[in-house]
Formats: sequence, structure tokens, C-alpha cells
Amino acid sequence: MTEIFWLIPFIPAASTLILAVFGKKLPKKYVSFQACFAVFASFVISAISAVGLLQTSHGNYPLIKNLFSWIQAGSFQVNLSLMFDPLSAIMALVVSGVGFIIHVYSIGYMADDEGYTRYFTYLNLFTFSMLILVMASNLVLMFVGWEGVGLCSYLLIGFWFEKHSAANAGKKAFIVNRIGDTAFLLGILFIIIHIGSGEFTAINGAISGGAISAGLATLIAILLFVGATGKSAQIPLYVWLPDAMEGPTPVSALIHAATMVTAGVYMVCRMNLLYTLSETAGQVVALVGAITAVYAATMALTQNDIKRVLAYSTISQIGFMFIGCGVGAYAAGMFHLVTHAFFKSLLFLAAGSVMHALSGEINMKKMGGLRKYLPLTYPTFLIGAIAIAGVPFFSGFFSKDAILTKAFAQGQYSAFYYFIWGLGIMGAVLTAFYMFRLVFLTFHGEERLDPEVKKHIHESPKVMTIPLVILAFFSVVAGYIGLPVVLGEKLNFFGKFLEPVIEEAHKVHLSMQTEWMLIAIAAVVAFLGIFIAYVFYIRSPLIPRNLATRFPGIYKLMFNKYYVDEIYNAVFVKPTIKGSEIIYNNFDLKVIDGGVNGAATATGFAGKILSYFQSGLIKDYALIFLLGVIIFLAYLLF
Amino acid sequence: MIPANYFLILSVVLFVLGAIAFFIKRDLITMFMSVEIMLNAANLAFITFARSANSPDGQIIVFFIITVAAAEAAVGLAIILLIFRQKKTIKSEDMKLMKG
Amino acid sequence: MGYFLFFLLAAMTVGAVLGMIISKNQAYNAIFLILAFACMGGLFALLEAPFIAVVQIIIYAGAIMVLFIFVVMMINVHSGIPAEKKKWIIYLSPVLAVVLIIELILSIKGAFSLPVSTEIIKAGPTDLGRLLFTKYLYHFEITSILIIAALVGAIVLVKKKEKK
Repeated sequence: MTEIFWLIPFIPAASTLILAVFGKKLPKKYVSFQACFAVFASFVISAISAVGLLQTSHGNYPLIKNLFSWIQAGSFQVNLSLMFDPLSAIMALVVSGVGFIIHVYSIGYMADDEGYTRYFTYLNLFTFSMLILVMASNLVLMFVGWEGVGLCSYLLIGFWFEKHSAANAGKKAFIVNRIGDTAFLLGILFIIIHIGSGEFTAINGAISGGAISAGLATLIAILLFVGATGKSAQIPLYVWLPDAMEGPTPVSALIHAATMVTAGVYMVCRMNLLYTLSETAGQVVALVGAITAVYAATMALTQNDIKRVLAYSTISQIGFMFIGCGVGAYAAGMFHLVTHAFFKSLLFLAAGSVMHALSGEINMKKMGGLRKYLPLTYPTFLIGAIAIAGVPFFSGFFSKDAILTKAFAQGQYSAFYYFIWGLGIMGAVLTAFYMFRLVFLTFHGEERLDPEVKKHIHESPKVMTIPLVILAFFSVVAGYIGLPVVLGEKLNFFGKFLEPVIEEAHKVHLSMQTEWMLIAIAAVVAFLGIFIAYVFYIRSPLIPRNLATRFPGIYKLMFNKYYVDEIYNAVFVKPTIKGSEIIYNNFDLKVIDGGVNGAATATGFAGKILSYFQSGLIKDYALIFLLGVIIFLAYLLF
Repeated sequence: MIPANYFLILSVVLFVLGAIAFFIKRDLITMFMSVEIMLNAANLAFITFARSANSPDGQIIVFFIITVAAAEAAVGLAIILLIFRQKKTIKSEDMKLMKG
Repeated sequence: MGYFLFFLLAAMTVGAVLGMIISKNQAYNAIFLILAFACMGGLFALLEAPFIAVVQIIIYAGAIMVLFIFVVMMINVHSGIPAEKKKWIIYLSPVLAVVLIIELILSIKGAFSLPVSTEIIKAGPTDLGRLLFTKYLYHFEITSILIIAALVGAIVLVKKKEKK
């Protein structure tokens, strides 16, 4: 049954083609139906294939389907071949499943938009690219998918392209991604040079066979990771993600929460043998992830735009995933990816529902007390917030705990990992805090609504609220597929499922006591964050204002995102533009245009000279005849 | 029997003279006449070779050349007449329509 | 005897052509050319081509040149044609002439050593006629079509447009 897995990316691809060519002539209802159905079909096939995987014996992993031979250069070959193993299965399920839910949500959210067809075309194209990315069996094809999702991100962020800020945001996303991609390509090149092939099976074989030294592995791993920082919005290439909120909210949910930004995490997990081999690279990954987690969380503390808070939250959570990968708990990182996909997209969609209800208002300062008016949105949003905060028994708790436990356990090797664990705990507190700040400001407290907006307040249509309910359900339930090891090795279904692909690095054992203690700390931390938020925003709402006035410097720094955008602008963007202008004026205009125009002028000039010979008189022509005959005879004779 | 050399040299001289006459002269009729001279020089050469090769085929060729020359002269002169009617001149410098 | 005739006729031909070149009067040019053709006829006769010689005189000197003279008369150019303006052509021409003569003679050098047979070839009207109607039949017929075409063409070209 798993044989049909290669269809998974191509159904959305076919849908994209049809919509792209015929879209304008098709009725709106059909467009949405086809788009959603395509993704649903992918989901069904993914599910069937995944079930089939459970029944296949481990020796047959991974299943590879070679579709056609793409590049053949001597001994180097790249094929369009797709592979299906537990890791791809999980990603495919997440992409198509959450993607389907978001497609359905979009029917309601984008109902009044002019670019309805264009939107669904781009969404399907994105689904296709992402599925290629996760199912590629070699690095080069994965890079194709990588670029494809970057393109779709650009198209969808700048969806309302008449808005200046949206167009600029799209450009920024694409360009920043590109910078990461350069490093990524370099990494791929190194791999191909040293191993001779981009196929993951070949790479894994080479690494376990010892063909790569630790130093080389470090270099490659770091290069690939820089590419991942671009795509997954970590330091230093995260600057595009907050701006990407200019796009429609479902786009933010799908691309910038659940799927595209997690591509980096997927890549690291796919190359897990490489990161295990190079201890340094793993530490770099964990460190960057941890710092980003805390850094982004601090910026989320002060933002007033709902979607910006969620964007910084995404950056922070992905930092957590990278912590997991960096310390060797790849399965835990993937686990957090899955749970995060559910609750983050839930949060985004619910935020979209709030915005829809308030006719497009995004500033939290103008909200408050909405729980009365939005009886379905509020509970689902709350569930999402609880999940992300890491409250026990909800999904976020299990995944975060898995990561932090492993980080702490690694501390036995070196104190560095304790530091990582500390940052992780700090991140967890901040996460709970800013998340509930968001909840309290939006749904509780006094109403600060615009009177005009208040008149039109309404709960969203069913097509938007039902997806919320579904996602809320999963946000609660999804955690139970990966219960902590403390409760029994056998209960970690998730880890077991991934075992053939991902080996947990440096298996360390902690005593039962330590594990329970860590679980307790995680729970306490979550509740602490929620409590502080409660105090700040419900009990004594004046505290935030006082803190801001007492520490104006720090507040300004956080509110302005540490001025990173401005620094990048001055250091990188302006000189590049200046340099381009200089080159344009001196080289392009003078040399290249001069050369082309010069050729034309020279031809004209030559033509003018030659025209003197065309006098129109027969005699001159006959003279030239004669001269020709003489010369020719002379040539023949001598 | 006069050797063929002499006739051939004569033919060459006549041909070149005809060619030069074509350049020097400025009126159309004389230019046309110089073309006839060239044709005749060729005829002479043909007859010489006919005698050398001992076959009358060369003379048949000359026969045809004369005929064709006659036809060509007729048409050419008709054209010259027309040109004169249009331009009222037969100086070749005035036929400059194809300039450039 | 033959040589004397040859040199006489050759000299007269060349002289006539030179005269045609030098003279500026078109009628004189035509007369010089008639003389040249007549001498050519004589040369043909020397070359044992009696029929062609006579044909040359009758058609070339007799018909074609008369045509030329008709046209000269019709185109009544009152003022003479002035001398060539571009002097350099006049100086260039002898040079070119000499060069070309030398080249051409060099080209046909190989034919100088052809043997001359002592037999008199059969080139009378009967023989030529026989050849014309057997071996060169196609050429003959096509040439006749050519003549008709030229005839019709010349007449159509020169016809004056009918006044309405």
C-alpha cells in the first residue's frame, strides 16, 4: 500500500497547474473545492502510506521511488526520486493535514478577496514544494523544494502587493532567505565533493563508514545550519519573519508556523548523523537555538500587534526545536515540531478569527474583554495558549519537557548543556508570560474597543471555527503519542516510530528522581509565567506601565526589536545599494551600453563608407568588374 | 597557313579595346557598340579554334552568337530610345537612379 | 600572300576600333564600326569559314549597324558630348588595357601550340545546314523563339501610347 507514496506531492501540483491555467474562468466555489480536495487527497495517501510503513519490516527502509534521471554529469548523478520513511511520513502528514485544515479556513477568511483564485493557486504550489522538500531522497532535490517554498513565501507574503509594506516584506523574506541559501548550497557542494552523491542513503553510509572527518563534518554542518537559520528564522537571519505578518493570516499559520519555517529543523534531523558526528556543530545549533529562544521571547513581551507577538513566539519555539536537535534529541525536536504545528497554527487562525470579528484590527491596545463576544474563538485560543505555555497534560508540555530533559542530561558531559538548559527554562517562563499577556489583553479586562468596530462584532462563520476546534483537539491530544520515558519506554510511540531514521545521540540515563524533578520544574515554570501575567495585566494593570517608565532604555530596546533591522539596513543594505549604483553608472552604462551602441555606430559608419561605391553609374560598376577580372586572372596565373 | 597565335592575339587585343572603350565613352550608344566589339572578338576566337580543331562546330556557335547579338541589339536600342524619350539625354552620368 | 592579307585586315580592324574610341561623333563611331566588321568578315574568310564571313557582313555590318545608325539619327543630339571629366580614367585605361592583354595572353598560352591541320574543313552552307538541323536542332529552334521574343519586345517597348 505504501507504493503509491510518490503521488503525494503531485496531486497538489496537478491542482496548481489547473488553477494556474484555468483559474480565472472557474467559479469560486469550485476553485476552493479543488484546492482543498487536492490537499486532502495528499493527506489520505500520506496516512495510508504511513500506516503501511508501520507494517513494513525495518529492513526495507527507506522506500525510494526514482522518477527520472535529472542531472547526469560523468559519475555524478541526481535523480528526481522521492523517499518515504518515518521522518518523511511525519512531515508529510503534518504538512498535508494542517495544510488541509488551513485551506478550509481560508475559504472563509479570504471569501471577500479579489485574488481568491490566485491565493489558492499559491497555497497549492506551496504544498507541492513543501512535500517535495520533505520527501526528497537527495539533497539537491530537497534544495529545489527549499527554494520552491521560499518562492511561495514571497508570493504569499506579498499577496496584497499593492500595499507597499507587503511588497517590501515579501522582498525582504526572499532576499534574507537567499543569503542563507548560499551557505546551504556551499554545504551541499562540500558534501557532493567529498561523498560524490547527494543521496541521503549514500551520505549516511559515508558518515557511518567514517569517510568524513569531524572537522569537515563541522564545516558542512554549520554551513547547512546557516541555511536553516535563514529558512527557520533564527539568529541572525530571522528579520524577515515579523515583517512576513503582512500576508494573510492563514498564510502566516501555514507557512510561518507549521511548515516552511520548520524545514530547517527537518533538514537537521534528516542529517542527524552528521550533527552527531560533529560535537561542535551540535553545540552551535543548540546555542543559537537557545539564545534565539530567549531573545525572541523578550521581544514578544512588548509588542502590541497580535500577529507580531505570535511571530516572535514562532521564532522562539523553533529555537527550542533546535535546542532539541543540538543536544542530540532529534526525536524530541521533531516532536515539538509536530505539537507546535498544531498549537501555533491554532493560535494564528484564532487570531485571524479575532481580526475578522473586529474588521481587521490588529492592535491589542484596542481590544479587551472579547471573550463575551467570541464564544468559540476564545476557548480555542485559550487552549492553544495553554498548550504553548507548557501546562501539564497538554501537548506542549510533553514536547518541551522531552527537549529540556535531554539538555539537562547532557549536562553530565559538560556544563555547557546546563547553560542551555537554563536558557531553555528562561525561555519557557517568558513564553508562558507573553502568551498569557496576549490572552489577558485581548479577551479579558476592560474593553478598549473602537465604537465603530464594536458595532460590527460577530463570531466567525463555521468554515472558520470548525478548523479551530479540530486544531484545539489535536493541541490537547497530540502530546500523548510521545509520553516521557519516565512513564515507561514503551509509551514513547513517537520516538519508537522514528528510531530507524534517527538515532538519539549520546544516550544518557538519568535517574528516575532527576527526571521527575525536571518534569516538576517545567510545570512550575509554566504556572509561574501564567501567574506573573495574571498579576501584571488583571490584578494590577499599572505594573507594566510603571516598569516601562522606570526602565525606559530597556523598554525602548525591546520594543524596537533591539534595532536589529536598522543595524542591518545601515551595514548591509545601504552599502550594497550604493555599490550597485556606482557599478551601474560606471560600468553598465559606459562600458556595456557603450560597447553595444558602439557596434551599431561602427556598422552605420562602415555602411556609409561603402555607399560611396554605389554611385549608380554603370561605368563605375563595369570598372570594378574589370578590376575584379584582372585580379582574379592574376591570382590564377601566379 | 597562318598559325593560330596571331588570330588569338588579335582577338585578345580587340576584346580589351572593346572593354576599355566601354569605360571611356560617355554616351550610351557608343558604349553599346563597344559591347558588340567584344562579342566579335569572341567570334574570332571561336573560328580560330574551329579551324584548329578541324570541326565546324565552332562556326555553328558563331552563327548562334551573331543571331543572339542581333536580337540583343534590337532590344537594347529600343530601350535606349525609351530612355532618350524620358530623359532627353543619353549621357551615362545622368542615369543615376540606382545611387546608394 | 596570306600573311600580307592577315596583317592588312588586322591593322584595319584595330585601326577602325581605335578610331571609334577616339572619335566623339556618334555617326562616325558607327561608320568606323562598319569598317571593323567588314574587316572581321575578311578575317573569317581567311580562317576558312566562308559562310560565316558572309553572314557576318550581311547581318552584322549590314543589319545591326544600320539599326544603330537609325537610332543615332533618331536621337538627334545637337550639342556634342564633351570630353570625359574625370581625367584619371583616361590615364588609367591604357594601363588597365596593357595589364589585361598580358594576362589574357598568358591565359591562352597553352593554345598556341595547337597543330593546324592542312585539310580544308567542310564549312560550306550545306555542311553547316546539315549540322544545324541534326546536331544543333534544339539550339536552332530556341534561338528562333528568342528572335521572335526580341522582335515583339522591341516593338512593344517603343510603341507610343495611344492618345485618348
